[in-house]
Amino acid sequence: MSVILRNVSYTYGKGSSEEKLALRDINLEIRQNEFVAVVGHTGSGKSTLIQLLNGLEKAESGEIFFHGKNIYDKDFSMKMLRSKVGLVFQYPEHQLFESTVVKDVAFGPSNMGWEQLKVELSTFGALKDVGIGEELFDVSPLALSGGQKRRVAIAGVLAMEPEILVLDEPMAGLDPAGRKEIFELLKKLYRERKITVLLVSHSMEDVAEYAGRVIVMNQGQIVLDGEPRKVFRYEKELRKIGLGVPQATSLMHFLAEQGAAVQDDCLTVQESITAILKWLT
Amino acid sequence: MIRNITIGQYYAADSVVHRLDPRVKVVGTLVYIVSLFLFNNFWGYAVAVGCFYAVTVMSKVPFSYIVRGLKPVFLMLVFTALLNLFWTPGTAFLQLGAAELTWEGLRKAVFMSLRLIFLILGSSLMTLTTTPNQLTDALEKLLAPLRHLHVPVHEIAMMMSIALRFIPILVEETDRIMKAQMARGADFESGNMIQRLQNMLPILVPLFVSAVHRANDLALAMDARCYHGGSGRTKMHPLRYQGRDFAAYLICIAYCVLLYSSVTYLPML
Repeated sequence: MSVILRNVSYTYGKGSSEEKLALRDINLEIRQNEFVAVVGHTGSGKSTLIQLLNGLEKAESGEIFFHGKNIYDKDFSMKMLRSKVGLVFQYPEHQLFESTVVKDVAFGPSNMGWEQLKVELSTFGALKDVGIGEELFDVSPLALSGGQKRRVAIAGVLAMEPEILVLDEPMAGLDPAGRKEIFELLKKLYRERKITVLLVSHSMEDVAEYAGRVIVMNQGQIVLDGEPRKVFRYEKELRKIGLGVPQATSLMHFLAEQGAAVQDDCLTVQESITAILKWLT
Repeated sequence: MIRNITIGQYYAADSVVHRLDPRVKVVGTLVYIVSLFLFNNFWGYAVAVGCFYAVTVMSKVPFSYIVRGLKPVFLMLVFTALLNLFWTPGTAFLQLGAAELTWEGLRKAVFMSLRLIFLILGSSLMTLTTTPNQLTDALEKLLAPLRHLHVPVHEIAMMMSIALRFIPILVEETDRIMKAQMARGADFESGNMIQRLQNMLPILVPLFVSAVHRANDLALAMDARCYHGGSGRTKMHPLRYQGRDFAAYLICIAYCVLLYSSVTYLPML
C-alpha cells in the first residue's frame, strides 16, 4: 500500500526554446502512514513532484505505481487517484467558489459520484476535523478569516477521504497561531485517520518537529532522504543548496565544531537545552 | 495546459526595425495599410509586396513567425476570395453549373486576398517588433492632441498597459485554479455545452475574486505612490526621435511617391 516512483523525469516546455528540466530520474517510495516533508530551494522540482503524484502532470518518462498499479495504464482511473491522493495547493483558499462553506467542501466528494448521504457525511466529517463549527456551515467561504478559509479549503480535499494528503506549503502566509493549528490538524489526521501526509515546507523547524522523514531536493533530483535527525547532520551540504537546518541544530553543530563534547544532532530547542546542560554538568 | 498562450507576440531581436521609435512604426503601418486600399493595379501590389519584403528582411524576424499571424483569419480569407470569385459579373472563362467564374472575379479575388493578407502581415510585423508597452506609449503620444477634446488619453493608455501587464498573471492564475479544481475531481472536458459552461464556474469565481483583489491592491499601491493621473508625469524612457526615425519617415514618404508613380505612369495591368 504505497506510491512508488521509478525513474521519473519531467521537462517543462518540451520542444520550445525555454525547455527546462524539472525532475531528473526520481526514484522514490512513499509508504503508508508516513509523515514526509519535502524541502528544496525554489525551482528544485518540489511542486512538479507533488503534481505528478495525483496525475495532474504526466511524467515524461518513468513509471508511477499507486498500490502496485501503474497510473499511466489505460484502464487506470485518474478520478480515483485524485480522490485517494488529495492535493492541497499553495494558498488553497484561492480556489473557494461556492456560496456556502458546506457546498464548497462537498464539491470534491460530489465530483466523485458518491451518493448524497456519503457526500454529506464526509463533508461534515472533514469540517469537524479541521475545526470549523456548525455556525459557519452556511456562511459564504469568502466571508471567513484567512486561517478559516484555509482550513475550509483543506477540508474540501479531506472530504474526498484521501489516503495520502499532499500539501504545498500549507502554512504560507499564516500567523503563528494559524500555523500551529494547521500542524496540529495534520498531526491529528496522521495519528487518528492513519493517513500519509506529504508536505512541502520551507520551515526547517516545523519539519524537524513534525516530520518522520525528510526528502531534500535540488535541481530536479533527490539529494537526501531520511529521518530529520540524519538529514540535518549535513548542514554544510544543505547550506550549499540554499537550505538550512533548524537553529537549534545549527547551534549544536557550532558548539561541536568549537570543540565542545556535546550531542550534536538535536532538533528542537528543548533537546539542545538538555544536551548543553548535560555537557556543562 | 494554457501556459503556452502568448499575447502580444513580440519577437526579440536586435534590428533597426526593433530600435525604431514606436510612433514611426505605428504611423508607418497605418500608411501602409491605407495605401493597400488605394489602388487596383498589379504594379502597386508589386511595390507594396517588395517594400514589405525589404522591411521584413531588415527586421530579422523569421518569415514563419510573420505568416503565423494569418492562421486565425485563414477561413475568412478563403471565404472572401470565393465570394469575389463567384459573384463578380463579367466575361466568364469557366462555367460550373449555375455559377460562372469571370476574369474580373478572379482579378478581384486575388487583389482582395492580397490586400487582406498584407494588411495582417503588415500589422503583425509591427507587433512582432514592438513590445506592447512601447505600443501603448506610442499611442499615448500620438493621441495626445485629443486631450484638448477632453479625451482621457493618459488614462486610456494606462488602462491598456495595466491590462497587458495582467494577462500573463491571470493566465498563470487560471492554470493554478484549474489544477486545484481538477485535484478535487472537477471535469472540464466532458458534457454538453451548458454543462461545460457550468463546470467553468469553479474556475471563473475564484478568478474574478482574485482579479478584483489584485486590482484593489494595485490601486492602493498606486495611491501610496501618489499617482494622480497624467498631468506633469514624466517617463522613465521618454520617446525621442533619432536620426533613423526621420529616415524612416522619409522612407514612408518615398514609398507613397513610388506607389503613386508606379500606379499612375506604368501601363495598367
